Amino acid sequence: MALDGNVIGGLLLEIFGSDMTSARATCAVCGTVSPVAETTVYIRGPGTVVRCRRCGSVLMVVARIRELNCVDLSGVAALETTRADE
Amino acid sequence: MAGTAVRGRLSWQVATVAAVSDETDSVRTILLDLPDWPGHRAGQHLDVRLTAEDGYSAERSYSIASADGEPVAITVERLEDGEVSPYLTQELRPGDQMEVRGPIGNWFTWGPDDGGPLLLIAGGSGVVPLRAILRHRQRAGSNAPARLLYSSRSLADVIYRQELDQYRGSAEVRYTLTRSQPPGWGGFSGRVDDAMLARIAWAASQRPLAFICGPTPFVETVAELLVARHYPASRVKTERFGGA
Repeated sequence: MALDGNVIGGLLLEIFGSDMTSARATCAVCGTVSPVAETTVYIRGPGTVVRCRRCGSVLMVVARIRELNCVDLSGVAALETTRADE
Repeated sequence: MAGTAVRGRLSWQVATVAAVSDETDSVRTILLDLPDWPGHRAGQHLDVRLTAEDGYSAERSYSIASADGEPVAITVERLEDGEVSPYLTQELRPGDQMEVRGPIGNWFTWGPDDGGPLLLIAGGSGVVPLRAILRHRQRAGSNAPARLLYSSRSLADVIYRQELDQYRGSAEVRYTLTRSQPPGWGGFSGRVDDAMLARIAWAASQRPLAFICGPTPFVETVAELLVARHYPASRVKTERFGGA
């Protein structure tokens, strides 16, 4: 079943080192800008697939292979995060 | 990399079950003792990892049920064909341990500075993060107006009913029962629809902030109805869950 980007908050925090659910992702296909939390996410396959909620294009794929997270971001034109308050 | 927690990064820590309490026949709240918990915001979740003796492990995400500053609690609904939830709701005992990491997610969160009016719409156990928000609102003394519409199969399936009813002094709390209603039921019946929202949703001109949490089809339906009522998509925050 399709979920949303909230469910991979932990996985993305592990990869990026900061919260990505509130980051804004730009779809490389249709240009839609959306918080990662509001993207469509499939977690039941062999990898995690993140799709644009507007056009359905694949934004990211994360495959966990033993100790590695393999991240394909080719469907994302831009990712904007708010800088942490340091 | 065990034992090399980097500051600000997410690492697994061992949680000890401090207490368990049944909310309904199939829902249990688990209070966790987490010595290294950095604190959380209402609406955030955590990841749980259970590892079997043969090394097989399963991870799940659960919303945090407690308000900011309170000890961490999660509320888990048992899914009969689930891999993790039957263990958490039936076998787990105080003193048992599990791995936890969090808090996770800054999007689906609310604090008094975010204001209102708040429209909280829950489907089933989707009420958990919304309860954390209402609880935090109460504890923080926020005067942001709030309305909760909670869709449940029956009155017996309503989670936190006693607590939610206590918020009625300062918030509007409405239930809709989709499968069965007790005799003389005065609340809503059936699935959330536009007629129901016409009675409970703030007008878009009041700049409401909406949080919807529930199973995917529920969330999609309600979010579309709110956008059709001219809520800007950026003010409609959603969180979907699915059974497993």
